Amino acid sequence: MIEQRISPPKTRIDVTVDGSTVSVPEGSTLLDACNAAGADVPTLCYLETLTPINSCRACVVEVEGSRTLVPACSRVAEPGMDVQSDSDRVQRARKSVYELLASAVDLSLAEPETVRQMERYDVDPERFGEGWHRTDEVKIQDDLYIRDYDKCIMCFRCVAACGPDAQNTFAIDTAGRGLNSTIATEFDVSLPESACVYCGNCVAVCPTGALMFKTEYDLRTSDDWRPDDQHVATTVCSFCGVGCNLELHVQDNRIVKVTSPMDHSVTEGHLCIKGRFGWGYVQPEPD
Amino acid sequence: MLGIPDSRWHGGERTAGGDRVAYGGFHRAAARRHLLLPALHALQDAIGWVSHGALNYVSERLDLGPAEAYGVATFYDLIATEHAPPVVAHVCDDIACLAKGASRIVDELEAALGPAGEHGDAAPWKRSPCLGQCEKGSAAFIQCAGASARSIAPVTAEQVIDIVTSGSADDAVAPTTSAQDRSDLRLLAILDDEGDMGLYRSKGGYEGLARALEIGPAASVAEVEASGIRGRGGAAFPAGIKWRAVTEHEGVKYVVCNADESEPGTFKDRVLLEGDPFAVIEGLTIAGVTTGAQQGYLYLRGEYPVAFRRLSEALESAREAGLLGPDIAGSGRTFDIEIRRGAGAYICGEETALFNSIEGFRGEPRQKPPFPTDAGLFGRPTLVNNVETLANIPAILRDGGAAYAEIGTAQSTGPKLFCVSGNVASPGVYEVEFGATIRELIELAGGVDGALRAVLIGGAAGSFVDASQLDMPLTFEDTRAAQLGLGSGVIIAFNESIDMHTIVARIADFFGEESCGLCVPCRVGTVRQHESLVRISEGGDRAAELEILDELDHVLRDASVCGLGQAASSAVQSAIRLGLI
Repeated sequence: MIEQRISPPKTRIDVTVDGSTVSVPEGSTLLDACNAAGADVPTLCYLETLTPINSCRACVVEVEGSRTLVPACSRVAEPGMDVQSDSDRVQRARKSVYELLASAVDLSLAEPETVRQMERYDVDPERFGEGWHRTDEVKIQDDLYIRDYDKCIMCFRCVAACGPDAQNTFAIDTAGRGLNSTIATEFDVSLPESACVYCGNCVAVCPTGALMFKTEYDLRTSDDWRPDDQHVATTVCSFCGVGCNLELHVQDNRIVKVTSPMDHSVTEGHLCIKGRFGWGYVQPEPD
Repeated sequence: MLGIPDSRWHGGERTAGGDRVAYGGFHRAAARRHLLLPALHALQDAIGWVSHGALNYVSERLDLGPAEAYGVATFYDLIATEHAPPVVAHVCDDIACLAKGASRIVDELEAALGPAGEHGDAAPWKRSPCLGQCEKGSAAFIQCAGASARSIAPVTAEQVIDIVTSGSADDAVAPTTSAQDRSDLRLLAILDDEGDMGLYRSKGGYEGLARALEIGPAASVAEVEASGIRGRGGAAFPAGIKWRAVTEHEGVKYVVCNADESEPGTFKDRVLLEGDPFAVIEGLTIAGVTTGAQQGYLYLRGEYPVAFRRLSEALESAREAGLLGPDIAGSGRTFDIEIRRGAGAYICGEETALFNSIEGFRGEPRQKPPFPTDAGLFGRPTLVNNVETLANIPAILRDGGAAYAEIGTAQSTGPKLFCVSGNVASPGVYEVEFGATIRELIELAGGVDGALRAVLIGGAAGSFVDASQLDMPLTFEDTRAAQLGLGSGVIIAFNESIDMHTIVARIADFFGEESCGLCVPCRVGTVRQHESLVRISEGGDRAAELEILDELDHVLRDASVCGLGQAASSAVQSAIRLGLI
């Protein structure tokens, strides 16, 4: 017998976004409401498949009656809320948030969406003056992926993906406090010595290239990473019966990266070591 | 701490046939995650640091990833994850002590012992944020492997050098003194070193609890509401609203006493906990029986070893007297209190960060809503009150809320403790009725040494005022009208000899050091604020820097997750407005 979960129909509530009323199902976030209203709200640490941690503050919006700005990604919409998604106050805060981040970490490989938002808010990384900047050596500890914490914006997506939101491995967590906090294994032991199972889900969710597949890293280092010359082949993983969709990113007839679609009902973008890295057998050894 | 392992998997007894049975019990182990910080404390107290093997063992017993436990351990200043010397001295160089010449002590220690250690490293001494001993003029907190921690105040550089080299220390805290005649005071009437419950009861102690049990929860909440008491921790939220909200919830709930007093310049809670622990315990017990909670937690600042001992003894006496435990004062109600020690993190005084800390997570704040009264500790409705707030509760129940509301002003009811320190003749905790002015409090403390330059009210998260504002009554309404905050009741006076650049930069440095690192505005913004202030004091382009500071002020106030970031620019901005820097 197939068990079917039937949830009661959700009541819809009305929220005002930038002067126009939108109706969203009860329990939606303000980000859902803003998206429904067509407002362009930037996000950085938020990912639809992970629990919002609201750390980046790029998605802050102004809510009538609230003393401070509120993070749209995690604030649940309440009936009658009056939201300003891009008021002067919001723009000012977002610009500063991006400038603070850009002044402290290397955003050169950030997602195109982040680059677009930084242009939108006319971000000047120099505005807060010369000062502390992340300086970390690239950690290359195995052949599967690298960690370059110079580029880490502490969005905690990798921690959530490694932990309760996907993999339940808990190999990495935030260590330290404040500006010196970083993502680390216990006592910063190398990945092969840690609990890491090499599912690569942390790499898949990283928005800034701080975590990168070794194949991509090597190609970038030799200045041979050419996304425009890559094509993506969609297939189903052949290892077990779960049926995870794979997207094989192929450059010069070689697989350079494997991802899974975020909207795939089985994987939500997450894979295991076999699907993620176990493709060596389909292509000949390099010369 | 964690008990004997119940399985051979974790080093327990070997039983016949046991080898063939796989061990389960992981949910049971994970449900004990809240013991993580106490376990780390136990290791730190016993051997002076948390080794890799020890961390792995604790993680296994609590079914945690070692990386998670490491993340928690490295969050706290008082937990070392590198092989530390057996004795480590944390020496206060915060603003109140700076006004009394702490930089001299720091210089002498640097000359004798080398540079101060950074977080997590193996140096024998470290600079510490305010240790809450401000009335003593200088202070050190000593961690000793194999012995309990010690407080020394006032302290000299020679003492610290001697302790660090000899490897042993005793408590040497000067008794709490006050220039005030205490006979008519309400909160400071008892300052008792003996921890004698008889003395407390002879002055009307536990009559409040008796009346609360007699009139029941609904009437008790009504008394708290009628009293008009607002929280004394800094946010000034009406306590009655929280009491009612938690009481009206069904099911398991908790009451928590926030004793993580860490706001620079604040020491009133320490004085209460050391001198009159029963008042706080009675207040929390009344909160428990009124709201229907069976378990109370008292989250005590880790740097308060004397208060920890006094409280532990007082809790034991209360249990012996039947005033805590399964049948409180013969009422059939169950309530007990557990002390949880903080481990050196200012942010854990933020209520939701405090919950995370108790639950065994990193002490990072949670986004509100939901508010603690709906979903707090362990996700249950939780009443959190500050030490001083709870110390007022017995009198509110004993004499009635209406009588209490007569004290002070219409909107700020009750007695209030102020922590007066810095360049005054007799620093200390002073009790007044709401309505006293800054000038009156400074005069109570014997007046300013020398010519007054500025007064910091509300602590590092507060604001500077100058001589023109000394006649402002220290009430919630007057300070709010002046766009200042009463905060936790801090009054630090600075005279003309003090370099205000140093003081303001120290405040900015404090926030940078104490930011948990969760949100971008606070994690990066507090450090940028400090850098900008340093550039100003080094003769940088002042106009450009003021623009940077103004922009940082906006993003910190508007976009930070919690009150720490939102208040991190307050004192700096007030110093700029007054032309102090």
